[in-house]
Amino acid sequence: MIEALREAQDIMLERDEDVVIYGQDVGYFGGVFRVTAGLQEKYGTSRVFDAPISEGGIVGTAIGMAAYGLKPCIEIQFADYIFPAYDQITQEAARIRYRSNGQFTCPMVIRTPTGGGIFGGQTHSQSPEACFTHVSGVKVVIPSTPYDAKGMLITAIEDPDPVIFLEPKRLYNGPFDGHHEKPLVPWSKHPDGHVPEGYYTVPFEKAEVRRPGADVTVLAYGTMVYVAEAAAEEMGIDAEVLDLRSLIPLDLETIISSIKKTGRCVIVHEATLTGGFGGELAALVQESAFYHLEAPVLRVAGWDTPYPHAQEWAYLPSPRRVGQALRDVMEA
Amino acid sequence: MDGHVPPTADDVPLRLTVPEPAGRPGDAPDFSHIDFGKAGATPKPALDLAAAEAAPFANSLIRVLDNDGNAHGMWADGLETDTLLKGLRAMVRTRAFDARMVKAQRQGKTSFYIQCLGEEAVGVGQQLALRQGDMNFATYRQQGILIVQDYPVLDLMNQIYSNEMDPLQGRQLPILYSAKDYGFFTLSGNLATQWPQAVGWAMASGIKGDTKIASAWIGDGATAEGDWHAGMVFASVYKPPIILNIVNNQWAISSFQGIAGGLSATFASRSLGYGVPALRVDGNDFLAVHAVSRWAVERARRGYGPVLIEWLTYRKGAHSTSDDPSRYRPTEEGDVWPLGDPIHRLRDHLVKAGALSDADYTAMVETADEEMRKAEAEAEATGLVGDGRGASAKHIFTQVYADPPARLLSQRQKAGV
Repeated sequence: MIEALREAQDIMLERDEDVVIYGQDVGYFGGVFRVTAGLQEKYGTSRVFDAPISEGGIVGTAIGMAAYGLKPCIEIQFADYIFPAYDQITQEAARIRYRSNGQFTCPMVIRTPTGGGIFGGQTHSQSPEACFTHVSGVKVVIPSTPYDAKGMLITAIEDPDPVIFLEPKRLYNGPFDGHHEKPLVPWSKHPDGHVPEGYYTVPFEKAEVRRPGADVTVLAYGTMVYVAEAAAEEMGIDAEVLDLRSLIPLDLETIISSIKKTGRCVIVHEATLTGGFGGELAALVQESAFYHLEAPVLRVAGWDTPYPHAQEWAYLPSPRRVGQALRDVMEA
Repeated sequence: MDGHVPPTADDVPLRLTVPEPAGRPGDAPDFSHIDFGKAGATPKPALDLAAAEAAPFANSLIRVLDNDGNAHGMWADGLETDTLLKGLRAMVRTRAFDARMVKAQRQGKTSFYIQCLGEEAVGVGQQLALRQGDMNFATYRQQGILIVQDYPVLDLMNQIYSNEMDPLQGRQLPILYSAKDYGFFTLSGNLATQWPQAVGWAMASGIKGDTKIASAWIGDGATAEGDWHAGMVFASVYKPPIILNIVNNQWAISSFQGIAGGLSATFASRSLGYGVPALRVDGNDFLAVHAVSRWAVERARRGYGPVLIEWLTYRKGAHSTSDDPSRYRPTEEGDVWPLGDPIHRLRDHLVKAGALSDADYTAMVETADEEMRKAEAEAEATGLVGDGRGASAKHIFTQVYADPPARLLSQRQKAGV
């Protein structure tokens, strides 16, 4: 997935002279996750460069660059570090088009590694997507395969509005189904690992049916797509697993048509339960498909605590917890 | 436990310092704590002034006009009378505009207004040194930047009245203008956010090898925000073509400049620690404002990097129409501000120089009042947010994204607009 993200940026730097990339450690070194490795050497220091440790400054300057006419694609080193930039993202970037009646716009991508599973403790593991889905004016997307990562990042860079591009860091090097005791399978040995060369885009507006099924619909995104697939396999439940890919905009049509078919719904995300995006999804499901539901909509999410360290596997939703929810909705 | 030293017998209770202004309501105004220097005393530095050499400029006060309207010193050289007259007219129009809008707000025609009474020189004087294509990231107290460029006053009023002809279609609080073609970035009500944005815009100009420069604006109070620091660090690191303006008008709503740290060091001198040279200037002296702005613009345009300017001025009016300064500062403070009134000082200078008569000035004021009266009547006829004739509700749902997502389309349908 790292190579796919790098390729997307390489292609866009090549195709569009207005694309610039900066962030902490992204220049000479190529980023702590190596996502921008080699790009400074190829495109020079005025297109790809290091930024001070100041997320508010990084996003604030990117807004100015976008107002000038550039297309900054910036990296916030961990999603947990995005909060110093929260004001600039939610009150500025998200509002530039609206408040200027389109005189100024903010075509900007904020790439940031999200989620847990790497023993990163509280400050390297959180999933803050709901802090941004609540804000009108930004898009919030999260790919779960290398193919989508590349195509969606190109779509994001070409988007005329600000995009929060969440990269599930546990998926950087291979899929992760929650079985941490098993050895990592690299993307090169996984069917979803294939990434075509060259330019292509993946639209945000479409959720993907990752596992077709008839009995229960599972709404997931990021790492939880794989956890949900594993749970369905292990429980022997004919679940239809949807990878939402984009939260804003949201493909409600695919979600509702699946639920009308299955009559049951389980929502899975890593972020804390209360106020999480799962609550929004559950509300939308009952508004649009209440009379098709045969069981209450259940959510499996991170516990309502700060993200712990030693207890990571008891915190992160596991195939066992998701499987239990699947069984509960089937028995309800 | 080990690893400590014992307490001593002469320990004193520690305390907190909360700065207080020199005067509160009922007190006599007192500015004796500020050294205002002398007109003509500060020389003009070389364009490549380094931060290490800038301390004298950051800690003194550049003044050109004395209290009698005479110009002094190196900074007075090369200022054309035409530019000064243009500046005077723009300041007079800005004041007339403000007066008309403050009155309109009191009459309930709009919800809110912010005037720049007493601070007209800074925005007008600097704008007259900029080129078309340069970009201001202003605060809400530099309406003069637009007025001096002959931006249609009617459009400003339509924005303030939030009516159907408002260029921003009623989405923004009155006075939070946006005018891209006039080099005026969309104003934010969240303070200091524009500071790093301006630095980023100037960085973009550098990245593209352009010749345009940015001008960033902030008040003394908002320099306390982290965004100010972030902008200074980025300006210091990437050395983009930018003028960083701090308008020190002594008051941030009810907090005097000491609450933002102004008693510990001048705001200009803070810049030196970032390696960004800085100057401190009489912001009520139009000649000084324009001359220093020209110097700074040329410096930025020639690639010598950022420079910070602290403009010393005084907020004569209330913070906004929602504020009452008689509750926190001496009422007469503004009348005895030692740097006087920017319009009267420039007027006196031009009269003394024979470029303006008293009758000319009176006519200028009357023409401006009449212009604003007429424009206001036209704006009022178009619509007023205050009497329910504001911009259409359909504008709620447009310009959120370039392509409205399905949920917004369905919400708009539900709203019936």
